[in-house]
Amino acid sequence: MFGFLINPSKFNKLADIILRPLVFITSIILIMGLFLVYVSPLDYQQGLTVKIMYIHVPSAWLALLTYSIMTFYSILCLAFKIPFGFIINKAVAPIGATFTLLCLVSGSLWGKPMWGTWWVWDARLTSVAIMFLIYVIIIFLSQTFENREVREKTIAIFILIGSINLPIIKFSVDWWNTLHQPASISKLSSPSIDVSMLQPLIVMTIAFSLVGLIIAILRIKAEIIIRKNH
Amino acid sequence: MSLRFQRLILILVTLIILGAAVLLILFNTKQNIVFFYTPTELIEKKISSEKKIRIGGYVKESSLKKLSLNQYEFKVTDNSNDLLVFYEGILPDLFREGQGTVIEGFIENYNSFTALKVYAKHDENYMPASIKKELEKSNQWKKNYK
Repeated sequence: MFGFLINPSKFNKLADIILRPLVFITSIILIMGLFLVYVSPLDYQQGLTVKIMYIHVPSAWLALLTYSIMTFYSILCLAFKIPFGFIINKAVAPIGATFTLLCLVSGSLWGKPMWGTWWVWDARLTSVAIMFLIYVIIIFLSQTFENREVREKTIAIFILIGSINLPIIKFSVDWWNTLHQPASISKLSSPSIDVSMLQPLIVMTIAFSLVGLIIAILRIKAEIIIRKNH
Repeated sequence: MSLRFQRLILILVTLIILGAAVLLILFNTKQNIVFFYTPTELIEKKISSEKKIRIGGYVKESSLKKLSLNQYEFKVTDNSNDLLVFYEGILPDLFREGQGTVIEGFIENYNSFTALKVYAKHDENYMPASIKKELEKSNQWKKNYK
């Protein structure tokens, strides 16, 4: 049933079926999300700038999600010799890097009016900047090594080493004093964000995920063709 | 046990050991990773006045004084110890009494501080402005939301 997750031809078949409806659904959800953001209320202390959150938070989550997916596939392809994992790693790394960059830039634009600075070297900001560098190194690594097997294994091992950064990013705001505020939503208790602001955030997160998924499908399909021709 | 599961276990064990090593390094260099100290930590740890340091806390209620056009005096508190701060410059929009803040600068003498930079720190609570008004009307507005 989940064969499409490890088998290129099954993936291709499923991708051809769902791609068009997916694009249609995504555009509806994205427009809906943007409208919800437009009508969402202003924050009691941050005013209009709180709307940066609806870009900043989904891109941060997706940057982490993309890296988690790459970690999962790196384990799969190193331990179980599933070559589809190498295809995924190469295809989604630039998507994750883009989300990370979007998160850093929007966070910087949010930090200037609210904190009074574009950038500080606190634990959260630094660990996310390190993740961006890791993404860039992964992309550069795929341009190196003539031998494909060596290259792909090197990338997978590097991804696994870099995955140690994921829990550090997640818990940096709890372990150390940071300028960045702690998480609003991952708490077990009820979220410390009002429902009227939570709704657009969730819709925007779904929209961002779907946009990322569409780009991923297109890139994976292209990568499968490239591998076939070599 | 098949070869692939041996490889899986090898990968996972390597990751756990590597992760533990990184965490040990991070927690043993905590001094360098924390972005700021609280006023209490400042007193407890007797941090030298030579170095530039950052102090975080709340701006104490009714302590903010405007000395001149861009000179301010206020107290940073963590509800057990206060620190008197002098600052010359522009304050961030969010800066006000009761708000979280991080200041960067030098300790002048015991319990007084010259800030070179002032950051505003906000918490993880988000709420529409209209709800705040209603909460205040019904006296349910919690001070700690700031």
